[in-house]
Amino acid sequence: MEPVDLDFEEADLELPSEPMTLLMGPSHPAMHGTIRMVLKLDGETVQDVDIQPGYLHRGFEKMSERGTWSQVFPYTDRLNYVSPLLNNVGYALAVEKLLGIEVPRKGQIFRVILGELSRIADHLTGNGAIAMELGAFTPFLWYLKAREWIYEACEEQTGARLTHSFFRIGGAAFPPTEKLQAQIRSILPRVLEVIAEGESLLLKNRIFLDRTQGVGILTKEHALGMGASGPVLRSAGIDYDVRKDKPYLTYAECDFDVPVGEDGDTYDRFMVRSEEMRQSCRIIEQSLDLMKKIAPGSPEDAVSITDPRIVLPPKEKVYSTIEGTIAHFKLIMEGINVPPGEVYGYTEAGNGELGFLLVSRGGGNPWRVRVRGPCFFSLQAAHDMIRGKMLADIIPTFGSINMIGGECDR
Amino acid sequence: MSKLILERLKAQFGDDILEVSSFRGDDVAVVKPSRWLDVARFVHDDPRCDCTYFADLSAIDNCDPRTDELDMDDRFEVYVIAYSVAKKHRVRIKTRLSGDEPRIASVIPVWSGANWMEREVFDMFGVHFEGHPDERRILTYDEFKGHPLRKDYPANRTQPLVEYRDGTFNKLGPFLQDEGMPLNRTVIPDERQ
Repeated sequence: MEPVDLDFEEADLELPSEPMTLLMGPSHPAMHGTIRMVLKLDGETVQDVDIQPGYLHRGFEKMSERGTWSQVFPYTDRLNYVSPLLNNVGYALAVEKLLGIEVPRKGQIFRVILGELSRIADHLTGNGAIAMELGAFTPFLWYLKAREWIYEACEEQTGARLTHSFFRIGGAAFPPTEKLQAQIRSILPRVLEVIAEGESLLLKNRIFLDRTQGVGILTKEHALGMGASGPVLRSAGIDYDVRKDKPYLTYAECDFDVPVGEDGDTYDRFMVRSEEMRQSCRIIEQSLDLMKKIAPGSPEDAVSITDPRIVLPPKEKVYSTIEGTIAHFKLIMEGINVPPGEVYGYTEAGNGELGFLLVSRGGGNPWRVRVRGPCFFSLQAAHDMIRGKMLADIIPTFGSINMIGGECDR
Repeated sequence: MSKLILERLKAQFGDDILEVSSFRGDDVAVVKPSRWLDVARFVHDDPRCDCTYFADLSAIDNCDPRTDELDMDDRFEVYVIAYSVAKKHRVRIKTRLSGDEPRIASVIPVWSGANWMEREVFDMFGVHFEGHPDERRILTYDEFKGHPLRKDYPANRTQPLVEYRDGTFNKLGPFLQDEGMPLNRTVIPDERQ
């Protein structure tokens, strides 16, 4: 039998192929149930991707315009629902900027402590999810165990595990409970231990390293132009942290480092979050010490201001005096009278710069509440992290952005 | 906050900068719509401004449907916030557009991240961006009618993709007229549809 003619060029042997369109999500588990990606695939390579957010759009900004300034707090809980206290702090600070007031020192330290606890919870979830989506289920469960302790501390203070609505314009709902400080001090070493345990499982794991190192690279210039912030920006090598660059509350008095990555890949984003949790623990410990130094009974020793036009009177006064009843009624029915103006208040939330652009025309209702959700910007930058790479790399890349639907779609 | 950027802008663009302010430490410059892209490019490229970080882009609707005409001048304010990581200063540049067919140049050539924010402003306010490569709705769906963050869009209007069923199973929309609204809530009547 005559042999097959071997004079073919290699290229002629390749089958002609057309790009295939594949819809990924919104019900795909790695898309967190809220994002759809329309992928154009050439074999396993992603030629182009169209990321479509919006499945969790609830009209946050429209709803905020309908109520009073204080009625926005429950909505902010549902922005980044893994770290609600940080959103409460961000909104409260923005309104206080518009009002031109500052809460007493103890209230500021209190906000730092609870905010940093929330940040640890946020990063534990984010890092656990990266591992879980790559098939490593154990670190996820361990990280969630630590998150549970943090939620218990938040529950001890605020009474709620997830949607706290705890901070108020001009302060907080309650002063720190008696047990809180001891509880936080007891969980911090255990949380640090869990973080180290999780890392010990992952950072020597060949599969985890191969699937994260050099995957989903975001360059410096691109990260800047896209407006990515938080761990996504810092992993690309840009040292920008609102807590350092424009210190608010008592962050200027705390000694902490801002971890910065080099390559901007998924591995760096994981490591930046890991290190940030340790730094948050340092901040909390220093803040607890700062709180101890406040002399009892001094003007600093209060979590809220006392202006009756802004802060609700204590319940005993509402039920026993006419002034208290009137002040309560006016604040609930008419809202806080915020002077006309426009400010942009921004803080460092779990995923980066959380900004609120507030416009007031006087009276008790906001005219416009714009939320700059950091995830929305980072997700946009994901387009270039994914394009030209393998289909399977989408999962760790997308996981490392820590996209939270509530904050992205608002 | 340093007023350096505002001074640089005034020196460079003169009368095209309509007003500047620094309320509560936020540096704001209002520019003519025709110079929008030039100002954005200047703030980005000028080595003393160096605002390469794109912080935010959105809009504000200044029309109160109870008192103002819907096609009033200066109805929409589009703003962009830019930040310099090296110099640690930020500026908010605003421009004002008429309520009738609002149009403005896209700033995507300056900051690529403006893409989704401009889509969002188009979706929510109906402001068109000239030169935008992909002007689609982003947070709502393609079948959606109207622009929800305009003040004349009633908050209680629903646009279900699957119609509500009549008969015994009567599913109700989320915001009803008789849903207990406190005294302070701004209720804009649903007549102007």
